Amino acid sequence: MAMNETEILTGLGEIIDEVAGVPADQVTPDKSFVDDLDIDSLSMVEIAVAAQDKFGVEIPDDQLKNLKTVQDVIDYVRNTGVSA
Amino acid sequence: MRLTEARPGTRVLAFGGYQPARVLTNEELAATVDTTDEWIRSRVGIASRRIAGPDESLADMATAAGGKALAASGLPASDIDLVIVATCTAETAIPNVAATVATRLGIAAPGAYDLNAACAGFCYALATASDAVRAGTSRYVLVIGAEKLSQWVDWTDRSTCIIFADGAGAAVVGPVSDPQAGPGIGPVVWGSDGAMADKIAIKDRNSFLMQEGQAVFRWATTALHPVARKACELAGVDPTELAAFVPHQANLRIVEAIARKLGAPQARVADDIVHAGNTSSASIPLALSRMIERGEIGSGEAVLLLGFGAGVSYAAQVITVP
Repeated sequence: MAMNETEILTGLGEIIDEVAGVPADQVTPDKSFVDDLDIDSLSMVEIAVAAQDKFGVEIPDDQLKNLKTVQDVIDYVRNTGVSA
Repeated sequence: MRLTEARPGTRVLAFGGYQPARVLTNEELAATVDTTDEWIRSRVGIASRRIAGPDESLADMATAAGGKALAASGLPASDIDLVIVATCTAETAIPNVAATVATRLGIAAPGAYDLNAACAGFCYALATASDAVRAGTSRYVLVIGAEKLSQWVDWTDRSTCIIFADGAGAAVVGPVSDPQAGPGIGPVVWGSDGAMADKIAIKDRNSFLMQEGQAVFRWATTALHPVARKACELAGVDPTELAAFVPHQANLRIVEAIARKLGAPQARVADDIVHAGNTSSASIPLALSRMIERGEIGSGEAVLLLGFGAGVSYAAQVITVP
C-alpha cells in the first residue's frame, strides 16, 4: 500500500523538525526549503537520509538538488516509492 | 625459529598536541573569498583555525607534538623503539617524516615509518602501534598525527579553504604495567571503500585538495555510527559508559550527527574543530590532549575514538584516558 500525500507530509514534518529544528506545522507543501524554511544543502542530505529510513525511498544527491519544495519531495517519494 | 613474547594488553601513557601560533579567523577569510563568518560557523562549525608559519614544516609540528607526549609520559627517549607518523601531507615522498622526527627527539634508531590513511590515520597508527606492543615487536611506540593541509588548499576555493588547517597530536603507547588494570586500548574496527576514492582527493602533486562535500557528508552521517558502536561492542564497553566521544574533527555537523546516532547521551563530544579547524590525522590527538589538559576527561575513563576520511577509510577504538 503506497503512502498517501498526508502521511508523507506528516512524516516529512517530523523529519524536518528533528534535523533542522523547523516546527512541523510550518512544513506545508508550497514551502521552499531554502527560501522559506532556511534549510541548507547539508540539512537536505540529512533529510534525504532520514526520508530513506522512514519511507524506504532513496533520494540520491543528483536527484536531491532538483527537490526545491516540500511538494517536490512528496511527489518524489510517491512516484518512486513502491510500498510502505 | 622463535617468536617475541606477546604481552596481554596495551595502553596510552600520554598525549601531546601542538598548534602553530598563527590564528586565521573567519573574518580574514571573508576578506579574501566570498564567504561570511556566519556561513562558515553554520556549515562547518569553525570559528578560527591555525596555519603553519612560512618556515614551519610538517616535521617541526610533528616533533613539537611528539616531544610533548614523550615528556608527559615520563619515559626517556631511549625507551621508544618505534615511531609512526600518520600524515597525508608529507612534504617529501622520501625521506619519510618519522625517521627525521625520531632523530630530532633523540630517539636512537627506532623503527620509523609514515602511514597514510588520511583523516583516519591516527586511529590506524594507534592500532598498529598497539598491535606491535602486544606482539612483542616493540616496547614503547610514539604515534604522531601531523598535517600541513594549508599547503594543499586552494585559498581561492571557498568550499575547502574555510575547513582545513595545520597541527599535530601525539601519543605514547606501551604495555599495561598493572595486570589487574586491564587493557587500555580496545580492538580496532577498521575498513575502507575505494569506490569512493574520488570523493576527497589531491589528484596529483600540482593539484589542490578537493572534496564532494555532500557525498562525504552523506557517507559520514550514515556509514560510521555502526563502526563506532562495533568498536564499543568489541571492547565490551556500552556506549552509555563512555566518558567522551572523540571523532575526527571533520565538520561540527558531521560530529554532532554521528554523536546523535551513537546512543551515548552522557558522553562529552569533542568539538575542538571550533578553534582548530579540520587537521585530518592530527585532529583526534589534538582534541584529546586539550580535553585532558582542561580536565574534561579523567584518568581511567573510557573514550571512543573514530577516525574517518579520504580513501574512504575509517577506524575506531575505545581507549582509557592515561
